[in-house]
Formats: sequence, C-alpha cells, structure tokens
Amino acid sequence: MSRLRTSLGACLTALAAATLGCFPGSEIVHAAAADGTDEVLNYASPVELLFSPDGSRLYVLCQQSDEVRVLNATTYAPMKTIAVGHVPRGFSLSANGSRLFVANSWDDTVSVIDTQLLEVVATWPVRAEPSSVVEDRAGKYLFVADRISDDVAVLNAQTGAEVKRLLAGRGASYMTLAPDGSRLYVTHVYPNPGPHRTPPESEISVIDTARAEVVDRIPLHSIAGVFHVAISNDGRLGAAAELHPKNLVPLAHLEHGGAFADTLTLFGADVGKPVEIPLDELDRYAARPFGVAITPDKSRLYVTSGGSEIVTVIDVARLLRYIHTHRGPYAEDLSASANYVVTRIPTGRDPRGVALTQDGSRLLVANRLDDTVSVIDTRSNRVASTVALAGSKQLWALHFGDEMFAKIPDPSQGRTQCANCHLDERHRQGSKMDLTRPEQVSALRRGEQAFYTSRYSFQGQIGCANCHIDSTFDGLQWDLEPDGFARDIVDNRLLEDVKDTEPYKWNGGNPNLPTECGPRTEKYFWRSENYDDRTLADLTAYINSLPPRPNRWRMPDEAFTPAQERGKAIFERAVDKFGAPIPLANRCSYCHSGPKGTSQKSFDVGTKKPTDDSGMLDTPQLTNIALTAPYLHDGSARTLEEIWTIYNPGDKHGRTNDLIKDELNDLIEYLRTR
Amino acid sequence: MKKFANKRWIAVMLLVVAFAATAVRCGFAQAAQRHPHGASTAATVPLMPRFRFENYTTANGLPANHVYAVLVDGDRIWAGTDNGLGLYEDGKWKTYSTKDGLAHRAVLSLALDKRTGDVWAGTMGGLSRVSGGRIVSYTQLNSGLSNDVVYGVSVEGENVWVATASGACRLNLHTGEWSLYNERNTPMREIWVYGVSATATKVYFAVWGSGLLEYDQKTGRWDLYDDPDGETELVLFKDQGLIHDIVSSVSYVDGIVWAATYFGDSRYDGRYWHNFLTKDSGLPSNFTNFVKGVDANHAWFCTDKGLAYYDGANWAVYTRSLSSHKPVMTVRDAKGNVTEIPVTSGPAHNYILGIDFQGSDIWVATAEGLSHGILQR
Repeated sequence: MSRLRTSLGACLTALAAATLGCFPGSEIVHAAAADGTDEVLNYASPVELLFSPDGSRLYVLCQQSDEVRVLNATTYAPMKTIAVGHVPRGFSLSANGSRLFVANSWDDTVSVIDTQLLEVVATWPVRAEPSSVVEDRAGKYLFVADRISDDVAVLNAQTGAEVKRLLAGRGASYMTLAPDGSRLYVTHVYPNPGPHRTPPESEISVIDTARAEVVDRIPLHSIAGVFHVAISNDGRLGAAAELHPKNLVPLAHLEHGGAFADTLTLFGADVGKPVEIPLDELDRYAARPFGVAITPDKSRLYVTSGGSEIVTVIDVARLLRYIHTHRGPYAEDLSASANYVVTRIPTGRDPRGVALTQDGSRLLVANRLDDTVSVIDTRSNRVASTVALAGSKQLWALHFGDEMFAKIPDPSQGRTQCANCHLDERHRQGSKMDLTRPEQVSALRRGEQAFYTSRYSFQGQIGCANCHIDSTFDGLQWDLEPDGFARDIVDNRLLEDVKDTEPYKWNGGNPNLPTECGPRTEKYFWRSENYDDRTLADLTAYINSLPPRPNRWRMPDEAFTPAQERGKAIFERAVDKFGAPIPLANRCSYCHSGPKGTSQKSFDVGTKKPTDDSGMLDTPQLTNIALTAPYLHDGSARTLEEIWTIYNPGDKHGRTNDLIKDELNDLIEYLRTR
Repeated sequence: MKKFANKRWIAVMLLVVAFAATAVRCGFAQAAQRHPHGASTAATVPLMPRFRFENYTTANGLPANHVYAVLVDGDRIWAGTDNGLGLYEDGKWKTYSTKDGLAHRAVLSLALDKRTGDVWAGTMGGLSRVSGGRIVSYTQLNSGLSNDVVYGVSVEGENVWVATASGACRLNLHTGEWSLYNERNTPMREIWVYGVSATATKVYFAVWGSGLLEYDQKTGRWDLYDDPDGETELVLFKDQGLIHDIVSSVSYVDGIVWAATYFGDSRYDGRYWHNFLTKDSGLPSNFTNFVKGVDANHAWFCTDKGLAYYDGANWAVYTRSLSSHKPVMTVRDAKGNVTEIPVTSGPAHNYILGIDFQGSDIWVATAEGLSHGILQR
C-alpha cells in the first residue's frame, strides 16, 4: 500500500528489490538512501534522452549539471560530457544528426553542438526561457519554444538570427516534429488566459514548418499543463501527455481522482476528432504524465508519470478500438484505462523524457531525481537495467557488496565498472569520487524528491508538483476545504523566492512553511499520513532554496528604461497628482516593501468577494510578478492592468485612480522588473 | 512643426512644384505601362483597369453588409463588418464573433503580419489578434491599449502600431510593452487618430483634426504635417502642404505618403506635396474615407461617392448612378477629358470604406457589401 512506503519495513523491502534491480530482467524500486547531507550538491538530473540517428550514441540532457552527456548506446559507457547553458530543458538533433541543439532555459540561449566534435560550436541568444528546440528537415528554420514569452521563436537554422515569433500557448515548452517533417506540434504548461472560474483551456499549436506559421490549434478543453507529444511513424496518431485539473469543484476529497485526472489527448487520422483518454485506474494513478513514445510499429504507447514514478504501457490497437466503440467523454472514467493499459512499470524518481531504440526493443527513461536511466525491455515490459549517471547516490548506495559488483572493463575510462549500472569500481569502496558524482543524497535532494513524488497522497494521486509545475505555479484557482466549500476561492502562487515571505496562505493563516507544507497539506491535500519529521524538514528546505528565475524585464546593467523609471516613481510616491498626501496603507511601496515586495502583513485592498470570509489578505511578494497571471487572491484580475482598471474603484489597492493610462502603463513596466 | 515655405518663397515654390509635377507625371505615364492595373494607353481614352464586380452580402454569407475594412491574405479574404469578422476561404464565409474572443462585433480596421500570418483587427471595443484560429484581445482595461476604439492598425517587424480614439500606441511583441503617443509626448494637437501606416523607416498617423504625424524609426523623432493655410473649409495654398487637417487615412509606400482627408487628398514625396480635389482631379468626392497606395505613382481612393484609381496621370472612377443605381465607370485623362466606359457591374455601394489587392484583382469594402473586382483583360 502506497501509504506505507516510507515505513522501515517497506524501505528494507525496497532496498532489497532495488539491489536486485541491478541485474537484468528485474525492476528497480526506490530505496531509502543513506544519511543525507546539507551540502548543495551538483546532481545530473537527466530530463531528456536522444539516440543518434545511427543508434550508436545516447545523448542525455542533464538539467542540474548543465550538461549533455554522451553515452555508448549499447553499453551506456560514458563517452563525453559537454557543458551547455544554464538549466537546459530540451534538446534535439538536426535531421542528419550532425548538430545537437540544446535549449538553455535560464540563460536564454541555444547551444549548438557539433556531433562529430562533440563540442559546442555556437551559442545563440533567444528569449525568453527557451524550453525546447527543433530544426526543420530542410535545415532552414530552427524553432524554439519559449516558456515566458508564450511563443515559438523562428531562427535562421544556420546563423541563429531570429526571423520571427509565432504565438503559442501560455508557457510554451515542448515540441515534436511530425515524422514527415511537415508539422511541428507545440504544447504549453500553463492554461491560456480565460474568464474567471471557467474550465481551463489549452491547445496544441500546429506549425507548418515550410511556411513557419501556425496553421491550426488543437483545442484541449479542461486541460492545464501539457507536456510531451508523440506522433506515430505513419503520422496518423498523435498523443499528448497532460493534466486535467478539477479546480472548479471543491477540493473535498481525493477518492476517484478528486483533484486531477491524468490523461492523454489523442489526435490524428486514426482518431478523427481529438479525444481525451484517462491513464488512471482506481487505486492506480499515473500522476503527472510527461514523456510519451509510440513504437515504430504503432503497437505500443508509453507514458511516463513523474509523480507516480511509472511508465504506463498502452496497447494501441485496443486503445483505438475502445475509443471508436465507446462514446466519451472518458477523461474521468477510472474504469476506462483497463481496456487499453497493458501494465505499469515502476521507474526511478520523477521519470521524464523517453527514447525508443529504432527497433522499438528498448525504452529508455530519464529519472530526473535519481540520476539514472531505466532501460526497459519492451517485450517483457520490465526494467532490464538501470544506468546510473554521475551523481547517482541511490545506486551507489546499493553497491556495497562485492557480490553485487560484477566487474567489466569500462572502455572509455580503462576502469572496471558495474556490469549494469556502469559505476566506477571505486563506488563500492566508498572512496572519494569525482566531484561531479556526489556520494550522498542531500537534504535538498530529498526535499525535491518529496516535492515531485505523489507517494504521500491518498492512493498516490497528486504531489506538490501537480499544482506547482516545475516548482512554480499552475495559473489556476482552487476551492480548498479549510475555508469552507465554495468559500475563499484562491489563486495559486509562485513558489520561487518564497523564503522569508511568511506568513503563508492568502489569509496569512500559516505562520511558516512547515505549517503550510506539513499538517495543512497532509490534511487537506494528501488526505493521508503525515510526513516524518525529516521529510518535512527536507521538503521545506527545498522550497526555501528555490531561487527566482532571471527577470527578463530588467536591463542587463540593472538600469531602468524611461518607462520603468517613471513607474518606479509612481510605486514609491507619497503624494498623488493633486498634491494630496497618500496615506501609508495606500502607497504601493508600503505594503509591497522590502526586497521581495512584501511587508508580510495583511491588508484589506477592497477585493473581498461575497464568497470571501474576510477582506484581510496577505501581501504577496512581487517576485517575477509579470509571469504569474491571473492576479488578486482569487485570480479574478486576468492581467496586471485589471487590478487597477477594474478591481480598485475605491483606491484601496493603492492610490491609482488619479493616474492616466500612460502612467498606469509605466507603473506596470516597473512592476515587471520586480 | 508646419512644413510649408515662407510666403516669400511661395512663388519660387510654385515654379518648382509645377516643374516637378510635370516631370513626375511623365514618370507616372511610363509607370502606368508597367502596372497591371494600368494595362496600356489608347489613342484617345487612357486604358484604365476594368473590373467585373462580384458582390458579397449577408445573402451569400457575409457576416454583415456594412464592411469597414477588407484584407487579402493570399487566397483568404478577411472582412471587418459591423457584426463580426468574416473570413472567405474555399468559397465559404466563416464569422468570428465576440463568442470566439473578438474584442467587439464592429471591426473597423485590419492588418496582416506577413511574417506570421496573424491578422490584427481593430474594433470598437479593443484590438484583436487572430492567430491560427485563436483570438487574443487587448482592451484598455486588460492591457496597455490607450483606447478601445481602434480605427487603424499596422504591423511592422515586432511592433504593432495602433490608431485609437485616444491617441496612438505601439505594442512590442517581444517585450509586451505598450507605448502610448498622444498630446503629451508628440506634436499631436488632437488625439483622435484615424489611421496608421508603418514601415521599417517611418510610421505615419492620420490624425482627425491634427494632420499627419510622422515618426522616424531611426531617430525617434516626431514631425507634424498640417494644413498650411489653417483654413478648414478653404484651400488657399494648394500643393504647399497637406490638403486638410482632418485626415482619415494614410498609406506610406515606396517612400511616398498618400493621405486622405474629408476635404481632398494629398501625395507627399518627402519634399513636395501634390494635392487632389474634385475640381482639378478625377476624384468623385473630396470626402475620402480611405487611401491605399499601390506604389509611388499609383493609388486607390475610397470616397463617399465611389472608388477612384489614379495612375499618376489619369483617373478611373467606379461608382453607381444615384438615380438608376446602374454601375458607372468614368475615365479622366491628364488633360481633364472625362469619358464614360460601358460596364455591367460595379461596387456594391458608392460609400467606399476600404480596399485591398489580390494580384490584379481588388476587394472593396462598402457600406452595403463587399465587392470583388476581377480585372478584365
């Protein structure tokens, strides 16, 4: 039972199973790590995988170590490590495999790697927060999905010069090229802006690669959070991994998928009108679907689920038969998936991207929070082996006995290594390893693992990352139980830079993060057992460690544009345009004071709704405020402008009604720099 | 800043303009040979483009008969009507309404982002971006847009330039920043901006009551061109500057400004003005709603009394008889001789509001329908 996984007995069982998992044909199960460390260690955190066109190499995109690791695709022996930009999120090969493009999300660049030299030969700037990159077949355009600017930048594939930008969904992040290269399918992680308290709307933006124009948008109703898309080799079947939140009804329970449905949207000629199908089954959920792959013969479809830490295997023929013989909607039908799900294969922690070998015999899964790659035999649907990348504490911890360590020569290093995990022999001796190979799982890493897993919730349905996508937010408003049902609708808030901004909750009711993340979360979200003390400490340490992403509206030299400068003066002013003093509580800079833009006090800013119990609201921090629409405690302001053009008639949310439009625009330009 | 010469230079300028006009007209005549609408010249009557007009109304799917603006994007025709945005594609009309996210049902202006294929629609209730079937709308409440009444829109590079009832503004698609332009930071005396034409070098605004506003993209400098005589109903100094301050439309093409006002039209080449009035040109009316330059020497004028085409020397007018409602085409040569050309079809209505080109064909927005002018060879 999932709720008992953290118990000692379960740990021992898992440990034994994981140890066995080092051998071919067995599965890896999570094990308790050795004692942690408070150090900030550099893990690899693999997120995406690619095979070279000839199948000889495996490229592994390592998000935390800012690297591409090149492995022998047969032995998984390391061949080379290539440093790229900061927080790489997506990569792809050119059509002939000669160039590998990497989207570096936090430094707004694309690294171009020559795959002959295995070196970065160019670094191209592109804004903002590039998250995936794909070259067209002709080598004319390079498409880059930008999470912050909600668009796809079209670059000259030879020079990197930007040609234009195409409107995509909000939080554009992942792209898949159709097998014939004619279409590019783009997904996005936040719902598109829409009216307050209406079902979220998302889309798959379809780009004609020859024209470099958006020619279609496949609507995804009631979806918020869309990740990878896979297209079958014949181009007739597409599948997108996605989250189907149930945020319009009170979050009263988790039974029967009360908070989220984990689904795929199928599209293409095999399907006809796009259809959403569930991955969940009663007591077996597929929390946070992310990576998708379809076998070359279109017999199987694989989906990773980061929260449930599994790969779901789907029989495509049964799936198509089901959707053509049963009328939908199916998304919330927990009996549906039994008709097409073959099995669910446990993986490492937070499984993300997948790659299939050309013959479809092996499926590789990047386990981000284990620093491992699961190699799944697709005939047996079992993990055949687990490849440990540098920095893998978990498997290293298991290699403490000689009997577990089958030595083989490491062709690249001239050392001996584990036959299956390819860890250096020194691992078993506990001696010092490469600096890039942390020997311990740090408290922060454990906290991150707790954040991304769904194991703590009832039936393993949801985790923190369901609503805080990639440790941010989800753009949704929720009706939570503590305030009463249909009372106090609350907008989800960004977690970045949250340290020292207590109290928490919009009503300021939680004095610190352990309270916010501990009893409250356990009772009203997980509806399950408590975290143990160490897990809660690790989790809060992780959340407190989240840095703000770079602010894209600030000038490189921290100077302000003229508009930002004028806006700053408005933000800090003490006298209105008519010369009247502005009371302290009506000044922007009073409530939104300090480096993070919060006085950490509560105020009534006149936004109380009939369904709210109180108008006294915690002052939210302003960190990267431009990214976190909608606004106000209940998300009723769709844009920053609406805070003042619609929801501040009495000047209670700052003295703003003396401003003309130009000045309000200036104020907003300044706020975007926070 | 007024762009007209001191009075002591008037005589000199008149001579210069006369000389220039003669030279330019010669050039126009040559250019007319090359232009598809110009075809060739006949012995007595200039051979001006003749069209067979097919008219679209609500009877065959147009969202509404009052068409404010028309935009051609390849084989797709967009019509901004007073009851939605119509798209004519594959022989059928599709209507986008406020239910689809359109800012307002009355669509006053249209612009195409040629790089992306996105269509920008200025409406009575905001600015809408139509991209791959999805509509994103900007209003004065939810964005930095200066005013919801959007009379004109033009896309240039990463900037969308907007003419509104409360000044002009620019949306930078890269940064999302809105910049507002009004009487506080430009020479604009009135802020009722009716039209905008943006290029990589210059942006021109047609300002109702405040002439023509020019923005230099390189220097960031603003200039105002207004009526040199300052008379609202009289033309004292023809060709000395803009014909009138009540400017309804502007088109900047090949370095030439074509400006439409409610009291005549103007052409400006950066140095010399040439103005057009009914009394000394082929214009059917001085009340011009819209102008669109084909190039430096050819332009179309949309008036309240019909559609006019100017090839640099000669004029053609496409209209309907007020008494019989029968279609009429007239040609006025450079000497002022007017000849009626027999035609069997004409624009849907004499009140013309907009025009766009589809190869050698024209699409015309009128107060009573959308007209497709198919060039007859």
